Amino acid sequence: MKLTAKILKKPIASTLIAVFFGFIVAAVILLVAGYHPGQAFSALFHGIFARPKYISNVIIKATPIILTGLSVAFAFQTGLFNIGAEGQYIAGAVSAVLVGVKLNLPPLLQIPAVVLAGVLGGTLFGWVVGYLKAKFGIHEVITSIMLNWIGLYLSNFVVASSAYHMPNSTSSYPVNESSFTMLLPNWKTSDAGMAALKQHKWLYDVMLKTDVNFGFLIAVLMAAFIWYLLYRSTKGYELRAVGFNRDAAEFAGINVNRNIVDAMVIAGALSGLAGALAITGTAPHSISTLAAFENNGFNGLSVALIAGSSPVGCIFAGLLFGGLLYGGQSVQQDVGAPTEIINIMIGTIVFFVALTKVIPVLAEKLEKRGAAHVQ
Amino acid sequence: MKKLAAFLLAAVMAVSATACSSGASSSEASEQTSSASAETKHKLLMVTDTGGVNDQSFNQLSWEGLQKLAEDVPGVEVNYSESKQESDYATNLDKAADDGNELIWGVGYAMAGAIETASKQNPDISYAIIDNNYETVPKNVTCVVFRAQEPSFLVGYVAGKTTKTGKVGFVGGQKSGVIDQFEYGYKAGVEYAAHELNKKIEVVSQYAESFVDSAKGKAIAKSMYSGGCDIVFHAAGNVGVGVIEAAKEADKFAIGVDKDQSFLAPENVLTSALKRVDTAVEEVSKDAIDGKEIGGKTYSLGLTEDGVGIPESHELMGDETYNAVVALEQKIKDKEIVPPTTEEDYNTFINELK
Amino acid sequence: MEVSTEYAVQMHGITKRFGSFCALDHVNLDVKKGSIHAVLGENGAGKSTLMNILYGLYQADSGEVYLNGKKTAIKNPNIAIEHGIGMVHQHFMLVDNFTVTQNIILGNEVTGKFGIIDTKKAREKVLEIVKKYGLEVDPDAKIEDISVGMQQRVEILKALYRGADLLILDEPTAVLIPQEIDELIGIMRSLISDGKTIIIITHKLKEIKASSEVCTIIRRGQYIDTVSVADVDEEQLATKMVGHAVQLVVDKTPAKPGDVIFEIDHLTVKDERGLDSVRDLSLKIRRGEILGIAGIDGNGQKELVEAITCLARAQSGTIKINGAEIQNTTPRNVIDHKVSTIHEDRQRRGLVLPFTVAENAVIEKYRTPEFSTHGKIDRTKMSLFTHKLIEDYDVRPAGCENQPVRGLSGGNQQKVIIAREISNEPDLLIAVQPTRGLDVGAVEYVHKMLVRERDAGRAVLLISLELDEVMNVADTIGIIYAGTIVDSFPQGQVDENTIGLLMAGGKLNETDSQNP
Repeated sequence: MKLTAKILKKPIASTLIAVFFGFIVAAVILLVAGYHPGQAFSALFHGIFARPKYISNVIIKATPIILTGLSVAFAFQTGLFNIGAEGQYIAGAVSAVLVGVKLNLPPLLQIPAVVLAGVLGGTLFGWVVGYLKAKFGIHEVITSIMLNWIGLYLSNFVVASSAYHMPNSTSSYPVNESSFTMLLPNWKTSDAGMAALKQHKWLYDVMLKTDVNFGFLIAVLMAAFIWYLLYRSTKGYELRAVGFNRDAAEFAGINVNRNIVDAMVIAGALSGLAGALAITGTAPHSISTLAAFENNGFNGLSVALIAGSSPVGCIFAGLLFGGLLYGGQSVQQDVGAPTEIINIMIGTIVFFVALTKVIPVLAEKLEKRGAAHVQ
Repeated sequence: MKKLAAFLLAAVMAVSATACSSGASSSEASEQTSSASAETKHKLLMVTDTGGVNDQSFNQLSWEGLQKLAEDVPGVEVNYSESKQESDYATNLDKAADDGNELIWGVGYAMAGAIETASKQNPDISYAIIDNNYETVPKNVTCVVFRAQEPSFLVGYVAGKTTKTGKVGFVGGQKSGVIDQFEYGYKAGVEYAAHELNKKIEVVSQYAESFVDSAKGKAIAKSMYSGGCDIVFHAAGNVGVGVIEAAKEADKFAIGVDKDQSFLAPENVLTSALKRVDTAVEEVSKDAIDGKEIGGKTYSLGLTEDGVGIPESHELMGDETYNAVVALEQKIKDKEIVPPTTEEDYNTFINELK
Repeated sequence: MEVSTEYAVQMHGITKRFGSFCALDHVNLDVKKGSIHAVLGENGAGKSTLMNILYGLYQADSGEVYLNGKKTAIKNPNIAIEHGIGMVHQHFMLVDNFTVTQNIILGNEVTGKFGIIDTKKAREKVLEIVKKYGLEVDPDAKIEDISVGMQQRVEILKALYRGADLLILDEPTAVLIPQEIDELIGIMRSLISDGKTIIIITHKLKEIKASSEVCTIIRRGQYIDTVSVADVDEEQLATKMVGHAVQLVVDKTPAKPGDVIFEIDHLTVKDERGLDSVRDLSLKIRRGEILGIAGIDGNGQKELVEAITCLARAQSGTIKINGAEIQNTTPRNVIDHKVSTIHEDRQRRGLVLPFTVAENAVIEKYRTPEFSTHGKIDRTKMSLFTHKLIEDYDVRPAGCENQPVRGLSGGNQQKVIIAREISNEPDLLIAVQPTRGLDVGAVEYVHKMLVRERDAGRAVLLISLELDEVMNVADTIGIIYAGTIVDSFPQGQVDENTIGLLMAGGKLNETDSQNP
């Protein structure tokens, strides 16, 4: 009993339980909708793990949401609710396109320039939110929701503008090839590259059939960096102090307003980075007319929630989420179940994760009961 | 510009012999072949564009076509795969290839690049794409394009004949070769009617810069109606749903697109410019199953191939107009009238009319 | 003790565990009918747990409860209410925008035909109770418009309205001003004269002496003793409560003041509503001197502190430390000028509760080379430093430097703040209500620390609403009224009545005061 209670108290346990319940609820819904849950789940796992290139695709899908998840988690840790990750992501993607289409430098210069542009785009959006909160006390949720829409229409404006609109399409021109952050983008499609890759089937699959890129590495590095920033640096100390208790931080001589702005700037930069890396790393390397949000930022909210706002947790939560999103397509292709069921499953998991604050309480109850028995 | 030119070239190309006119006989043939080898399973799959499978437009029509195929031909399994983002095209196509599909459809010109890449990666699988043509069509890709200017000309003519205010509207999704076919076909049709009636009819046209924002479609149409238009034609996907809503509210006419959209507002949808995507998908798929050589070809479907048209029901326009339309249809089939597809052609068309 | 109908409540051998923690260990409580019975104990001793068991909010793991001599199982508060038990919690459970009457009848509405609330009848019944016990309350006033003392009366009324014969008052005086405390004691007396029984939970000795007949003392979940209040003095009670002898009077030598190092000159500060809450206030503090400021809440104390710490703007006037003007700069600058402040609101201003003790301990110095290099915090040094503070200041539990400060008791949280502020080695130490909510042992400790720092040559500014505290600890007593120091006296040269008069805005006839 003690051991069970101890295990249940670990945050990872509650998350796993939540995931488990998510699957159960999804199974029930699949059954009700007339699909065989076993088949659906086997299609899901098959679609995630069966081939190296699937795993590669999961990682590619996970990359932007790990970063937006980090953005949200970071903001959470500093007491801010960054619901604007979506808009910051779009701002990042748009800025990357703005620069990447017009600029054509050697990759060593081009890639940093394009990615930096994206980061700046997200940063700007974050800064506006932080500044308005620090200066006028406007709640970040309000401003960032509005900026989400500004981002969406800004993106559509850029797509429609004559300088960027690719004729006969709904999208902008792709960024120049020198901005690509895939692994060896030129070599792998060259004859020599093809010939070399043919030797290894899985490598061939992963390299040529997926946009395997450096984004994931950067996301992992960012997670480590954010962890370091939050828990090991004086800046992170300030940010968290302001986040947990503005009044005490202010009283202790910490500049509250500057830290609010800094926190939003960093959060915005992370989401902007996500947008930029999506442009440089994955086809079609362009932005297209958005009717609705693509949810890269909103999924980041769920990722942060599943991760319990832990920067390192975001990597795993992002991979889980990416796996469900990507594997969900297989469920639909193989079993015919609509993708909505996968969305319900994801929603259920998030719901249960939110509920998992209950689980440590449960653990305590177990412990108490144990104590009573001892007596 | 290069792409546009290529597109025009393809549009003029009439590869009619293999297309729908021979549909009846080929379907019989396919039944025979499939019964002969009943256990040979054929797997087909379509990948939607970001509009999703319930878009009231070509994704939905394509899916209907595939479903019909599965019903009619035994041993055929059809599936679809929805794309949520543009980056999903490549991964969805890739998974479709892994699942052993012999023909994979891509719906919409947005998927042109992704289909081309996928066809290179999987030379043994056939691909087909709606509304797109390539400069050089890859060997294992089939393009299906529609001469949308033809039904657009017809509905333009209907609009011209029906308008009382002498002012009609056009709402486009996003400026592109495909939408130009609609716009200039329509404008030419209106002009043709004006010439016939010997009066001036103005056409206002506006783009929503979107194919999905129905609220924007509604706003544009509303301002058109209040600006004096009494008929508005749209070629803007889901944006058009808003246009039709505005017509209903203003009690004016709208003209539907792609499929018969009168179900959205029976009293207000005057007619629709049909693109029979469903039939096209069904017929091309059948040819593929039958082992016909379809790769590397472009099917250009127009009135002659019964790939486009207008619905038969015509209560709102009346018999007289409808009969005139039927006559006009014949003239197009006979190539007496060639509806324009670009601004340039349109200007020539007008000049010749005078 | 024998079970008898003489007693309203008898709780025998009550044991309650929370996990591995034993909150109550075979505790007994026998309350005679028609008496005021105090339950005394330090914070966390188990007083509230015991009362919650009586009220049915918790179930005891073992032990029996007898009501009027009959063994009763109180499984939930409804059963308790049925047996005539009423409880007034420390935190009131009232609906702010309802009237007094509405709040009283809430959950127990008098309904007429068709389930319509008969407010008139309810109001009459309320008024009847009000008259009977002298509980002056306007039945039609909204809760948000009446004072905390009034709100407490409403809670009492609520219990009486439900027919309570036994009232449990949980720390009833914690939120009251001295005058209201006296009124409350009056009400309690009129209730027992009507045959009611009252259990009062408190850790304030003075009030027990003033109100109760019998007192049961609990210490760390253990039953210590039950005494007749008349037979013991405050020191004895305190000793039983804390477990060792305590000094209620602060032990200190006369001050040896040095130079003036802190000086406020004609300071005016506006409050949030734009009114002058500090006006033309001047004061001086010397090294080795404790200046105590006594006053009724709301006379500018809060704004004075905010102006010194630069959380509020000074409209005019100067604040000087060691000759440097610090008004209208930043909190950082004030700290850099060696001013340390123990804020009255330790959870809001003093601590970041989710932070560890160590993180809290360095909140003003994390950027110094001692704890960080190139923006990287040295957590080892931080822990070591805090570990030493914890040892030096006897913060409990020992070795808690890497635990969240949230988990510490109020007294220990305060110790963390005091340790931190003193470790800054300030020239001026400001202590605002430093003993609020602390139990006797902790209060004694805080006072000792203030005196120790004075003796170390620091200037100390003590601002407190507890007159006793100011009179006991301060070397110079200043009285604040309406935003200004109206008068000041050396310790021992003024009596409580004089100060009370000045605090209330009265004037002295003789001019025997000296200016600060």
